[in-house]
Amino acid sequence: MGSRSSHAALIPDVDHIRRETGFSQASLLRLYHRFQALDREEKGYLSRLDLQQIGALAVNPLGDRIIDSFFPNGSQRVDFAGFARVLAHFRPVDEEDATIRDPKQPEPLNSRMNKLRFAFQLYDLDRDGKISRNEMLQVLRLMVGVQVTDEQLESITDRTVQEADEDGDGAVSFMEFTKSLEKMNIEQKMSIRILK
Amino acid sequence: MPSRLFFDNLGAILTYAVVGTLWNAFTTGVALWGLQQAGLVAPRVQAGLLDFLLFGSLISAVDPVAVLAVFEEVHVNETLFIIVFGESLLNDAVTVVLYKVCNSFVEMGSANVQATDYLKGIASLFVVSLGGAAVGLVFAFLLALTTRFTKRVRIIEPLLVFLLAYAAYLTAEMASLSAILAVTMCGLGCKKYVEANISHKSRTAVKYTMKTLASCAETVIFMLLGISAVDSSKWAWDSGLVLGTLFFILFFRALGVVLQTWVLNQFRLVPLDKIDQVVMSYGGLRGAVAFALVILLDRTKVPAKDYFVATTIVVVFFTVIVQGLTIKPLVKWLRVKRSDHHKPTLNQELHEHTFDHILAAVEDVVGHHGYHYWRDRWEQFDKKYLSQLLMRRSAYRIRDQIWDVYYRLNIRDAISFVDQGGHVLSSTGLTLPSMPSRNSVAETSVTNLLRESGSGACLDLQVIDTVRSGRDREDAVMHHLLCGGLYKPRRRYKASCGRHFISEDAQERQDKEVFQQNMKRRLESFKSTKHNICFTKSKPRPRKTGHKKGLWMGGRTKTKVLGLLSGPQKDGVANPEATNGKPPRDLGFQDTGAVILTVESEEEEESDSSETEKEDDEGIIFVARATSEVLQEGKVSGSLEVCPSPRIIPPSPTCAEKELPWKSGQGDLAVYVSSETTKIVPVDMQTGWNQSISSLESLASPPCTQPPTLTRLPPHPLGMEETQVPLDMSSDPRSSFAFPPSLAKAGRSRSESSADIPQQQELQPLMGHKDHTHLSPGTANSHWCIQFNRGGRL
Repeated sequence: MGSRSSHAALIPDVDHIRRETGFSQASLLRLYHRFQALDREEKGYLSRLDLQQIGALAVNPLGDRIIDSFFPNGSQRVDFAGFARVLAHFRPVDEEDATIRDPKQPEPLNSRMNKLRFAFQLYDLDRDGKISRNEMLQVLRLMVGVQVTDEQLESITDRTVQEADEDGDGAVSFMEFTKSLEKMNIEQKMSIRILK
Repeated sequence: MPSRLFFDNLGAILTYAVVGTLWNAFTTGVALWGLQQAGLVAPRVQAGLLDFLLFGSLISAVDPVAVLAVFEEVHVNETLFIIVFGESLLNDAVTVVLYKVCNSFVEMGSANVQATDYLKGIASLFVVSLGGAAVGLVFAFLLALTTRFTKRVRIIEPLLVFLLAYAAYLTAEMASLSAILAVTMCGLGCKKYVEANISHKSRTAVKYTMKTLASCAETVIFMLLGISAVDSSKWAWDSGLVLGTLFFILFFRALGVVLQTWVLNQFRLVPLDKIDQVVMSYGGLRGAVAFALVILLDRTKVPAKDYFVATTIVVVFFTVIVQGLTIKPLVKWLRVKRSDHHKPTLNQELHEHTFDHILAAVEDVVGHHGYHYWRDRWEQFDKKYLSQLLMRRSAYRIRDQIWDVYYRLNIRDAISFVDQGGHVLSSTGLTLPSMPSRNSVAETSVTNLLRESGSGACLDLQVIDTVRSGRDREDAVMHHLLCGGLYKPRRRYKASCGRHFISEDAQERQDKEVFQQNMKRRLESFKSTKHNICFTKSKPRPRKTGHKKGLWMGGRTKTKVLGLLSGPQKDGVANPEATNGKPPRDLGFQDTGAVILTVESEEEEESDSSETEKEDDEGIIFVARATSEVLQEGKVSGSLEVCPSPRIIPPSPTCAEKELPWKSGQGDLAVYVSSETTKIVPVDMQTGWNQSISSLESLASPPCTQPPTLTRLPPHPLGMEETQVPLDMSSDPRSSFAFPPSLAKAGRSRSESSADIPQQQELQPLMGHKDHTHLSPGTANSHWCIQFNRGGRL
């Protein structure tokens, strides 16, 4: 793609987005093309319908929640900046970033904390900062097959919440959530190589 | 072997296996040849370039056996382990092909080798490796399919696994394909389905047999190696060759690893850092495969065979001994990331799944068909077609990974809890699921698992949620039948045992029958002058009320062990609990009183419960309430009035421990004594006895609360007898005298004989009046009296 620079110029606010998300030029360009491909009517933004058109998301148990995560604060449209911002969570973590980062700046979007926060928000629908037992139950219901009965599911939920819950409030706060996943290699599990 | 990790890192593994081995082989061979050209290798070693290439190919293979043995000790992090181990597995194909190709070239003579032969060689690499994998997959499919149908012949399952895996090996060998790859793919492919299909015992059998066989095979191979080393007719020493080989393999391996890692890191998500590379290159141990291959060389074609053998032996010894021993300190010194053996938590499992879905979704959004996309597709295909075909129906129905983890965690908790001597029911938050329908086979029930695990206590895992399953219903039906047919045990404590509300007439009829049987037996035993009267009132306490809500299957085991207190009534207790959807924190065995009370109320609620058992009078209920109140003191309990029993049951573990079934059983012994003694009472005394019983029924005394009175209980019956049995003193005292100890023995052994509640009741107040002089049996009594604290609670 020889005329990369000219394409890049087409992206509005490209520098700002780059700084915010940390994507490379090539990745941003790829994302922009994808954005345009999804935006069938060339509105300049994506609506829920556009994202729902992606067939594979319909068979994904968490598809709807992911779509919702693109539309924070109840808005109905997402522009390219927002699109890139959400996807930036999945950028692989660079070792160099961690060292040379200016501590005064906000954490990059793809830091471990932010990745976990993104996942946490997928669970916590009402945004109260805690995953209540009910919310956990809903997620489990989505993810577990139909063969598991409701009672079994309740048991699983209880146990799950209980495992993570330390202060005994019956809900999993973000810190507890983080703690329960401290052994997991989040940087690997929540990154997509292509977005480097 | 963790298959998920294996496939996640497949790219790296394949690179190292194929490219790495080829690189190693060529460079080592060429370097050795160069060494010979430089004259450092004695000319008596007659070997040309091809010979050295052949030697290089067989010496460059990393050996899976050695790697596994060493890395298992070292516990490096999983990624590193799987890369090295996977490489050692997959490079077998490359080694075999290289070896064969070079061997045939050598046989043909270097002059005759043509370009097409090289091409053929490369083509054969693909054929051998892919063919071997295909053979393995075919056998995996066969194995999974056959194990689907072995429900009735469980015993052949381990046999099937061994035979088919070995058949895969043999078939690949026959076709000159890579046998190791075949076996590996067979294992990888069938693991998921076979694990679901075969029974728990078979799984254990297979696992440990394999480990044993593997150990044996390893030992034999290394023994052979050692013996060959000593037998000097088999080898010839050349220092230059040996030292050169050692140096080159180390050097070129390190170089190869560095180069490949650099390339791979461009593509990997989590790069392999320098320390990983050091461990990888240092961990490339050669082993038995190299030795076997070198022995197979044809001396006529390869004149330098003996030198090669000596070199191989030295190399193998060096890598295994020196490298193997020093890798652990090296790992520690370099502070390699070690594997953390954390227990799998439900949270992690769940979130891992979530992340998988998220990633797949994001990949879709980005429009990139990456690894996760294909993985997702494969999982869907597997779920729809393969699993249905290859997995047993019952296993398939409830096949769910999250459920699996949850289930395993619960079992683990239960086992560890029991091992600590605790009581399963009372651990807070311990929620053992009832058996899901998948485990319709008896041996996979939790109770059986516990037994298998060797926990001493035959636990009554009636705990917690009773998920309705087909099995539960079967059990319920069975219990119902039993309840209908078995003799109803008499109520031990009027207060607590509200459950067994046998109607008067039924009770009388039963009493008569049992009494007659008992008298007969007693007479016989008297004749033999043995004072052991074995009361065979060992029927389990069946649940009288047909609690349609379903008796938990644990009921059966419960009755066996706990008998008195536990018994199916616990089911009843558990059931409302389950239906209330609240996981009971501690259940069951604790307070019969509380239990019974609730059961009582339960029964009252249940219209379908056998009316016969609905006890008649309020008096009884009233008494029960009294005792339950007694019970309530000091215990955290919920509302007593209403049925929800589980909440009534005090959750404190210490209480539960106090109420350990076996202890309570002993406590109840005293009660048994009292009840059984009435049986000794001759028929003519029976009416008098019964009168006193009825007189006591109206008593609303909480004698239970007074342990002292209870401790007097044992002697009491004697006293009672004496008052009531003016005649037959000769026989009776003897019988009664002999009775308590024998009964104690009998009762202890059975722990199910139920005492008569009315009798106990009457005993208790009477106790107060009687003095302790009747405590004639003395020590025999006293010591099980004391354990009556449990009864006192009631």
